[in-house]
Amino acid sequence: MTGLLIILVSSILVNNFVLARFLGICPFLGVSKQVETATGMGMAVTFVMAIASAITYIVQELILVPLEIEYMQTIAFILVIAALVQLVEMIIQKVSPTLYQALGVYLPLITTNCAVLGVAILNIESGYNLLETIFNGVGAALGFTLAIVLFAGIRERLELSSVPDVLKGFPVALITAGLMSIAFLGFQGLL
Amino acid sequence: MIEQILWPVISLGGMGLLFGGGLAYASKIFAIETDPRVSKVRDVLPGANCGGCGYPGCDAFAAAVVAGEAPIDGCPVGGADTTANVGTIMGIEPSTSEKMVARVICNGTNTNAKEKYKYYGITDCRAASMIAGGSKECQYGCLGLGTCENLCPFDAIHVNENGVAEVDEEKCTACGICVDACPKLVIDLVPVSKEVRVLCNSKDKGKEVKNSCVVGCIGCKICVKACPFDAMEFKDNLAYINYDKCTNCMICAEKCPTNAIYANFANRKKAFINQDNCIKCTICKKNCPVEAIEGEVKQAHIVLEDKCVGCGVCEEKCPKDAITLK
Repeated sequence: MTGLLIILVSSILVNNFVLARFLGICPFLGVSKQVETATGMGMAVTFVMAIASAITYIVQELILVPLEIEYMQTIAFILVIAALVQLVEMIIQKVSPTLYQALGVYLPLITTNCAVLGVAILNIESGYNLLETIFNGVGAALGFTLAIVLFAGIRERLELSSVPDVLKGFPVALITAGLMSIAFLGFQGLL
Repeated sequence: MIEQILWPVISLGGMGLLFGGGLAYASKIFAIETDPRVSKVRDVLPGANCGGCGYPGCDAFAAAVVAGEAPIDGCPVGGADTTANVGTIMGIEPSTSEKMVARVICNGTNTNAKEKYKYYGITDCRAASMIAGGSKECQYGCLGLGTCENLCPFDAIHVNENGVAEVDEEKCTACGICVDACPKLVIDLVPVSKEVRVLCNSKDKGKEVKNSCVVGCIGCKICVKACPFDAMEFKDNLAYINYDKCTNCMICAEKCPTNAIYANFANRKKAFINQDNCIKCTICKKNCPVEAIEGEVKQAHIVLEDKCVGCGVCEEKCPKDAITLK
């Protein structure tokens, strides 16, 4: 149990996927203009990551390893992720058309979100069992959500403050992201 | 050897099939009912996804049309045919709404309008207007520093050599950016076919106008009395044209003592009677506001060209469509 908790805390805070591992930067910068859409994106990524972690683990253990075709890992995992993203897209379009509109192109782009493939491959490399894999996947996704929602909150405030013209938009966003990353460095000694 | 090729193909192909089947099933469950008109509208659009309508691509435009957010004639590429097709699908008759253009309602050029002080500063009307309302004696006039010119995305408005902004009506799309930006509110959107305009924005009393500008509206109301169509309105010491009523007869421009009403008399139309269709009923003669048509029952009707102002009343009243304006 302590092991699972450590994995969870580690993937959310210490090894935060966005701010410590620098994975999934694209949606982190792209969909972080409003807290609401950022939360939606976080939820979508959480869903995809959690399910993808479980399914890729099963695919790895039941198909790739027994058949000795581990070299097909990337392709097989991308297949799983792509199918999941399609599913999520359908669900979101049905449940919340507004969120679908707000996420725009970044929703299908979860397919190529390196954080999702990253978590799947890291799970296998760390030699986790199924339960640990799911905990790591959910933790990584929550870490992503935490980062993107915090970032969106900061960016919402930035919109209202007087930023020098040269820094308006992405420059100041990147500086903010850098400062957040340094702040998250403080969790390094936690474990 | 063959197994090394077969297993990956079978396993990955199998996974692909499985996921594909699952997604096909899911798409049935999560199917979204869309308005069938959207795809119909989409089909009659050019499909170039050029964005000329202001929406990202034809799909978005089709959705906006069905939602009632975009006009059916919003596609500039498709032209009249597309508009008609979209109109049929939406059950809307294509409106013959007129093209609007922006017009600067001030003729306070460097020579016409007096200066209050010399302005040295940022060449921007908004900045200049903060200093005692701008450098012109008249606080309502065009400052001519080109804020509108800089903002116009279509290169359709320019400050001319006389220091007043002027709209290129060919290029103007009536987007309204200059109208909103002008600190003096001296730009108006008007129908392009209306030739007559009051070139004054001053709400001051006649004497003050006279002191600050040679061509200002002094509020004498001569135009209001002269207009045969009740199209001149008067409020806040300034004459306005009600373009719903204006017929381009240009009488007001003729009468205005300060030349504050502008009309290009070269564009003045003349009535022309097609004698073949004319049944000599004298209806046109009775309705002409300037007595420019002569003729009795069963005698040929003649338009007196020097009197005709091209207002088009006779054309409208003629029961046989025998009168055209040229």
